[in-house]
Amino acid sequence: MSERSIRGKVAVAGVGETTYYKRGQSPDAEFLLGLKAIVAACDDAGISPKEIDGFCSFADDRNDPSRLSAALGIKEMNLSSMQWGGGGGGAAGVLQNGAAAIAAGYADVVVCYRALAQGQFGRYGQGPQVPYIQGERAFTSPYGLMSPAQMFAMKVVRFMHEHGIKQEALRALSMASYHHAQNNPRAVMNGKPLTEEKYDNSRWIVEPFHLFDCCMENDGAAAILLVSAERAKDIKQKPAYILGAAHGSGYRAAAPVHNSGDYPSSNFSTVAPHLYRQAQITPEDIDVAQIYENFTGGVLMTMIEHGLCKPEEANDFFQLDNLIAQGGKLPLNTSGGNLAECYMHGLGLQIEAIRQLRGQSTNQVKDAKIALAAAGPMVSPVSTIIYGTEDTL
Amino acid sequence: MTNALPGTSPEKLVFPDQSPDTTYQDFLRNNQFCIQHCNECQNFLFYPRLCCPHCSSVDLEWREASGKGTVYAVSIVRQRPEKGGDHNVVLVDLDEGPRLMSRVDGIPNEDVKIGMKVKASISVNTDEDGDTRMVVFREA
Repeated sequence: MSERSIRGKVAVAGVGETTYYKRGQSPDAEFLLGLKAIVAACDDAGISPKEIDGFCSFADDRNDPSRLSAALGIKEMNLSSMQWGGGGGGAAGVLQNGAAAIAAGYADVVVCYRALAQGQFGRYGQGPQVPYIQGERAFTSPYGLMSPAQMFAMKVVRFMHEHGIKQEALRALSMASYHHAQNNPRAVMNGKPLTEEKYDNSRWIVEPFHLFDCCMENDGAAAILLVSAERAKDIKQKPAYILGAAHGSGYRAAAPVHNSGDYPSSNFSTVAPHLYRQAQITPEDIDVAQIYENFTGGVLMTMIEHGLCKPEEANDFFQLDNLIAQGGKLPLNTSGGNLAECYMHGLGLQIEAIRQLRGQSTNQVKDAKIALAAAGPMVSPVSTIIYGTEDTL
Repeated sequence: MTNALPGTSPEKLVFPDQSPDTTYQDFLRNNQFCIQHCNECQNFLFYPRLCCPHCSSVDLEWREASGKGTVYAVSIVRQRPEKGGDHNVVLVDLDEGPRLMSRVDGIPNEDVKIGMKVKASISVNTDEDGDTRMVVFREA
């Protein structure tokens, strides 16, 4: 692949979030949630919503740019882009696409957004309620594999088997998210701390996932505003620059039926090298990581496939003390993440990465300059991004 | 009716009269667990296909599987009793090569382990729509 890179060309100008709700409890319609998050991101940046000229989303978001443009009074829309993939695999890819458009000169102020009101539109975590099955599901549903948790469980079982990784590693990942949520007033699980005993005694969903290994289901919206590096000099906030971004998956990664050659994988093994090449950093340079927890096992594989930990060191590395903002070796999911802050298909994790570089996290990592934010492990395509402060350019 | 795919050599790439999924099910109804064999590269295939994923050949032949395999991965789906209760699900590597999803019957879920040798049988499920058949395994 080429030596071209997005490094330093595009910056995050603003971030915005609505209140985060439990599934079905938003008082607002999904479209209104989306508008509120976008306006909040504009306020944060000090840029009028009318100046937005590009829209990027992911996860088959229902709130299309034409309708948003009309509602926001956008002067002209110059970009509308959707990252493929039904789950949160696109939560970093959406920013990659927006950044690419700015670097190419297609648009000047791009908003990347996700809005979700499951009370209005139905649940994600359930298996589909359909009268017949076809395609790959014809070979999985008869054996009782219906929900995302069930679909991904065996990848994690196999990965843990091959590397001798214990259940306690998953527990530490869950506890890190819950630990950070207790300092984050936005977090849905704020005020609901998790102990080892509570984790161990929680019900199994599908082995190796306890209840607390699985993301929540939430209503809300989040938005991130991107501008060129030149424009970023004039914004209200300290800019976070995109150092690198990558999305994709390896050879036959999604081969049906559970037939990918590299089955026990988060699908980052081919993607992460492109990320580091673009960012011109190594895994050791990362100060803080926000790794999408659809399920804790995915975080485990994502971190290993990003070179943050060797598989044979996993049982030692994945300990709560190593993963917390207060002195941990590699602080992880410092907002509470998808498990304990909000499951906005991972866009909340992207915002937390940016917040860390601004020095605005409720679990601030001292002098954080480089943040990794990876999205949607085990799906295809997955996506991943590295942000840096001005010092890193 | 036999249709050739446009733009390809018609004598080479030919659709069978019925889908390979249907053929697979027909074998199961006849109490046979059959998988496809590629006569070009000699690999066995599963799930049922129109062409070989290894070499793209369409020269595929149905052969009865040995039914012998090894558990590659296992999980236990946990469910309330009224929803059917807990059950295991496995990926089995057949001795012929392909990997397929199934379950292991006849032993407690907790006793199904990666590396376990298993043997296939055909499970018959009867309801108001008639019989449906699927491949399940037992410890070998």
